[in-house]
Amino acid sequence: MSFEWIMIPYSLLTLFIVINYGLLLTALMQKIGARVGRRHGIPIWQNYIDLLKNYSIRSSITHGVMFYLGPVFRLTGGVGLLLFVPTIFGSEMFSNLSFAGDLILALYFIFFGSLGMALGAGESGHPHSAIGVSRGLSQVTTSELPFALAVFAVALQYQTLSVNDIVAAQQGGVMNWTLFTNPLAVAAAMLSFLGSMMRPPFDVVLAPQEIPIGPPTEYHSSYLALMQTNRVIFPIAKMVVYMNLFFGGAASWPVFFLKIFLIYFFSLFIGVVFPRFRVEQSVRWFLIWAMPLGIAAILVV
Amino acid sequence: MKDDFEKLLDQQPEKEPEPQERPALRDIPVREELVPRTVTAPDGQEIRIDPLQDYYCQAGPTVQTPAYTRIIEDLFNWARAESLWILGFGTGCGAIEMRPLMTPRFDAYRYGIQWRPTPRQANLLVISGYLSVKTLKRAIRSYEQMQNPKYVVGLGSCTINGGMYWDSYNTIKRLDDYLPVDLYITGCMPRPEALLQGFDDLKKLIRAGKAEGANKYAENFERYKTNQKRVIKDWDMPDYSW
Ligand code: SF4
Repeated sequence: MSFEWIMIPYSLLTLFIVINYGLLLTALMQKIGARVGRRHGIPIWQNYIDLLKNYSIRSSITHGVMFYLGPVFRLTGGVGLLLFVPTIFGSEMFSNLSFAGDLILALYFIFFGSLGMALGAGESGHPHSAIGVSRGLSQVTTSELPFALAVFAVALQYQTLSVNDIVAAQQGGVMNWTLFTNPLAVAAAMLSFLGSMMRPPFDVVLAPQEIPIGPPTEYHSSYLALMQTNRVIFPIAKMVVYMNLFFGGAASWPVFFLKIFLIYFFSLFIGVVFPRFRVEQSVRWFLIWAMPLGIAAILVV
Repeated sequence: MKDDFEKLLDQQPEKEPEPQERPALRDIPVREELVPRTVTAPDGQEIRIDPLQDYYCQAGPTVQTPAYTRIIEDLFNWARAESLWILGFGTGCGAIEMRPLMTPRFDAYRYGIQWRPTPRQANLLVISGYLSVKTLKRAIRSYEQMQNPKYVVGLGSCTINGGMYWDSYNTIKRLDDYLPVDLYITGCMPRPEALLQGFDDLKKLIRAGKAEGANKYAENFERYKTNQKRVIKDWDMPDYSW
């Protein structure tokens, strides 16, 4: 695909829509979670206020260069992931900067943020951050494995590394979705999805009640606001990848909103039903239940 | 006891002390990791370390005035008011009244009130009841680590005048002497409804731009420190915790 300057404002528009959708969606998910606990939950616009509040904090302290760069890396991971995969299939306007072979780049971006975070949180020197990072990285790494396997299975199945082509191959009816043509890969990927959403049962890393809030212990004011921004972009970007690979992509914004909501809802649904795993339990869980599925998916293809 | 302590106060040097002078201060019991010591580096070089001097920033807090135009500050104040992040720090019996706020019956999340586990991210410190001297130390450190603007709410009569602990040997009586309190919620103990009402009043104060406790603390830093050191006998922490 050739590069044109108009793609930049188009991608920024995508980013804008996704940020707003993400802010509302995250609040909505929290609200649904609260309703399960018979609470009212936060107002739906609360995320906007929190964000504004954090940007308006007057003082902030730093622990060094990497401490600055941590949230920036993380945001880069989220935005990069979003910009390099097509958001709306077949639309010139919202296919962003995708190109052939973007699948590998997407995989890389998914991990990029965690690494930046690890370095930044490590520099803050707070013991809770260090423990949080080591726990987070081990959990994310094991939960990424089944996803990587599933992605390879899908790439083998369609004989391409371009997300666009994979989506194109799934058009023309629900039965063409990877969900039905390669259910094993989808199952492995969805299990891995649970692990990367930082919701129960796999949220021991970021849970406020555990070693206080893990990696971001020392982050505050604008740093935290940057990370919050990423917290709404990154899950959506990740779900866009899932939607494209496994659920036939989206041809218009309403379909996009609906599919993202349902994928997110899947992790929320599991989250409110099951209690939290400890890190070593979740690592074992991923290796025992999700990994074989991923390997089987590759073998079947 | 009091004389001893005043002696200690006199010994607090005005300026940064010379390393040789420091041991005189060490009549105060100090945690082991804060004792000055000499370590030998791997290359054989001897390094003298005074943790209180070397590991902590010595500067005091500064006054941070509202930096923007009226309209933007108003918007920010509104955001600050609608997003109160409480530090999960409980002292005294009043802490028990904070828990119902998180549960379905009172559910403070509706009003933009959330609990954060770390002082860095919180902007509201609720002193929930009597404060023993030992806890005051922790409360001060937690408060100082919060970022400007930050608010303090005193909960229950114990924070106002000592309450039923007014003649206790190890609790403080007026919280306002030690930390800049923005708002008191009276009662022994106040009901969760009273807390919600109190938070609502605090929001009004913040929106009006009247909750500048952090700046008050910075302006009157000397006074607060003198008061704090008057009751905390084993002051073994930096003067200001960044
Ligand atoms: S005011 Fe009453 S309830 Fe609150 S800490 Fe004091 S004695 Fe306990």
